[in-house]
Amino acid sequence: MTATPATDRYRSEARQPVLRVDDLKAYYRSRHFGMVREVKAVDGVSFEVRHNEIYGIAGESSSGKSTLLKAVAAAMRPPLQVVGGTVRLRFLPGAKSLYEASSAELDQLRWRQLSYIMQGSMSALNPVRRVRRSFADFGARHLGGAGAAFEAKVIAHLALVRLEPGVLDAYPHELSGGMRQRVTIALATLCRPELVIADEPTTALDVVVQKDVLDMIREVQRQVGSSLLLVTHDLGVHAYLSDRLAIMYGGRLVEEAPTETLFRRPQHPYTRHLIASLPRIGEEAPKATLAGGPPNLADPPPGCRFHPRCPLAFARCRDETPAMTSVGLQHRVACFAVAAGA
Amino acid sequence: MLATVRDLFRYNPEVRIGAMLLGLVAGMAALSLASPYAPLDTFVVAPDLPPSLAHPFGTTSRGQDVFWQLTFAIRNTLTFGIVVAVLSRLLSLAIGLLAGYKGGWVDRVLMAINDTFIAIPLFPILVLFYFVLRAAMSWAALALIMALLGWAYDARLIRALALSLKSREFTYTGVFSGMTTRELLLREHLPYVMPIVFATTMNNMNWSIGLEVTLSVLGFTDINSPTVGGMIYWANQHTALVAGVWWWIAFPVILVVALFIGLFLLAVSMNEHIDPRSRLRRMGAEGGA
Amino acid sequence: MAALLELDGVCKTFGGLLRRRRVAAVRDVSLSLSADSAEVLTLLGQSGSGKTTLARMILGLETPTAGSLRLAGEDIAALRRGAGRRRLLGLVQPIFQNPFEAFNPLRRVEHYLLLTARRFGGAGDDRAAQRATEASLRQVGLSLGEVAHRYPHELSGGQLQRLAIARALLAKPKLIVADEPVSMVDASLRMAIVNLFKALRGELGISILYITHDLATAYLVSDRVMIMRDGEVVESGSARQVLTHPQHAYSRQLKDAVLVPRFGVGDGDGEREPRPQP
Repeated sequence: MTATPATDRYRSEARQPVLRVDDLKAYYRSRHFGMVREVKAVDGVSFEVRHNEIYGIAGESSSGKSTLLKAVAAAMRPPLQVVGGTVRLRFLPGAKSLYEASSAELDQLRWRQLSYIMQGSMSALNPVRRVRRSFADFGARHLGGAGAAFEAKVIAHLALVRLEPGVLDAYPHELSGGMRQRVTIALATLCRPELVIADEPTTALDVVVQKDVLDMIREVQRQVGSSLLLVTHDLGVHAYLSDRLAIMYGGRLVEEAPTETLFRRPQHPYTRHLIASLPRIGEEAPKATLAGGPPNLADPPPGCRFHPRCPLAFARCRDETPAMTSVGLQHRVACFAVAAGA
Repeated sequence: MLATVRDLFRYNPEVRIGAMLLGLVAGMAALSLASPYAPLDTFVVAPDLPPSLAHPFGTTSRGQDVFWQLTFAIRNTLTFGIVVAVLSRLLSLAIGLLAGYKGGWVDRVLMAINDTFIAIPLFPILVLFYFVLRAAMSWAALALIMALLGWAYDARLIRALALSLKSREFTYTGVFSGMTTRELLLREHLPYVMPIVFATTMNNMNWSIGLEVTLSVLGFTDINSPTVGGMIYWANQHTALVAGVWWWIAFPVILVVALFIGLFLLAVSMNEHIDPRSRLRRMGAEGGA
Repeated sequence: MAALLELDGVCKTFGGLLRRRRVAAVRDVSLSLSADSAEVLTLLGQSGSGKTTLARMILGLETPTAGSLRLAGEDIAALRRGAGRRRLLGLVQPIFQNPFEAFNPLRRVEHYLLLTARRFGGAGDDRAAQRATEASLRQVGLSLGEVAHRYPHELSGGQLQRLAIARALLAKPKLIVADEPVSMVDASLRMAIVNLFKALRGELGISILYITHDLATAYLVSDRVMIMRDGEVVESGSARQVLTHPQHAYSRQLKDAVLVPRFGVGDGDGEREPRPQP
């Protein structure tokens, strides 16, 4: 691929988004001894991921981002259910919603069009088998063969993540955390999928290794051309990697913008607090505090989920739920105060 | 607490059936207080009568009413099981918690003793005791011996749990708040250990009663205080099945099987409820976002 | 006056003997904290650097294999048992990484605070313990109404960590050992806790041994910094100095690895600039 990211992006405006999520609602519903508990983990989320872009979702605990990932990756099990909305993937035949696809179709998708990089890299690799075996299993399952041609392909791909072929003969525990994560990245991008979902890919890694792995992810994304849906709580990672970024709070998206715009001109009060809270070496200013805690998704506050902690809240915030409105180029915010004052 | 018991009854069929069976057995045991015949009297009624209105479970070849005999038998058997269970639980809790928490040489010594007890072959030892003690072998003595033999396996289970609890951070919080070892074990760790204790209690009762019945059937116990096993022993002595007096064996067996099943069902279903993880889930602590 | 904390050539080796490989978790570490003035000393290192093991030794949870460790002039070995234990707990208190594990999930949270107040805070009876607990909660910015009679799962990580600090304060310690106290707390609540540690040093005169892997937080909270790798201290000095102008190669490597966004960061009023090519 010789096109620069900029021109590629212009070209991609004409193409369909790789992933499109419309008003997705996914709740945990459980019955236990006659009590019904409904946790509204994802409550009306809409966004799209375009061709060859890194789209980030940032959220803290109780934001619902892990549930969102599971819903998008079609990796849901009861008590988690989708109660509304659609998830459309460009490469799904017939452009139907993910949940209308049969399990056979989903199997076809997995790892070839849609793959994952997970947080605990050990969970993707069988700890009692050599790495080569994990690749072989993968090849046999998804590519219909694991012969010499396949191995050559694997070695070429490992070079992309700067790993020696010798890695194939090692057991996962013999590799460092960073190397394991790179193997996971290799596995995830082997088939040049259209969409890769990454869930906290570097959270468990040391600072030095983290930077390496992030550089690697960016490099591979550029070369392979997959889109990446990057979910992490670490805003520093988003600032480093993501092209566009959405902030998630209480099961909903509160702001979405190109990363630089979001960092330079955050609009939503929660986003502004998050950005202001980023510690940086060389800075002295004590940071603002935010009262209270994250919302309880089983019993969320009415209206805007952030209003109990918001310095700008007024009556309407409690009574109605703000929708995402445009406040600039590709910049959306869900806040009555911003819509009114901006 | 009452709310949870009520919930269990309402939503869990296993609990209902188990409780019903146990209620039946306990009811029988309670009826022994109303028995018109003393337990050890023989030839108080006509022998070998099949079940009828006057004698619901029939009579034995020794001239005893099977029904009323059974009330005494099941009462003794039940009491025996409970005594053994309680004594051995206390032992396994004390040893398991201490060994797990203290570690070091305390742990090693206790576990060496523990493993010795696990390795002991129970049945031959019990038979040996019988032959040595002979007349002094009352069911109280047997209960004591079985309690001393029955703690080892569960102590190891409890120790494993205690080891994992020791490394959890709230244990350190407790230590740095000034808790003594005793306080820590009893107030912080015990709730986590209780499900195992409960499950093993039921198990333990089934084990001890099973062994007791076996020993009695073979004649290796005090034949004077009536137990379920004792009844079967006497029935065998009088070749009841061959003589056609099936009710003498059938009813004791049915009742003791009911006891086993009841205990098992209760253990299995209550365990799920007492387990701290499911408690936390109910309180709303889990369930992701 | 004897130093508050004094380590001299402390080493800790795990394993060996008949079984596993020997692992030298801590190698020849020396440091000292003055008893006269409170300060925040940060141990900065990645996983495997030995910082947690060092903290555990200072808390009396592990014994050093070699070297001397003295708290308020007494050797740690004497403080681990019996009456010495009480003196230890009155001197140093821990804050752990995982706020959700710091309290027993099955018990209400005020339980530990009341206990600490009774055992160490000099509270004579339950009412006094209650009052001391309330005062301590106010110091960390929590109200009794917010946390009374709650179970841990009902509170956020930030609130729980503050509770842990409130509990530690009730023992009136001279030293608080905080092991990665904010790494599991949401970013939006983190700064409040970090500022709280600074206030503890500034207003209450408690020294803090702060352990972290995050350079930015270390910069904000520390007076002095010691960078650790593989059980050894590779660089130490004033926080400002070490973190803005690191000397050792490893320190420089750490500093370079800190993710700096490609653009400037504003608060909503910055101007639009063309994005630099990555």
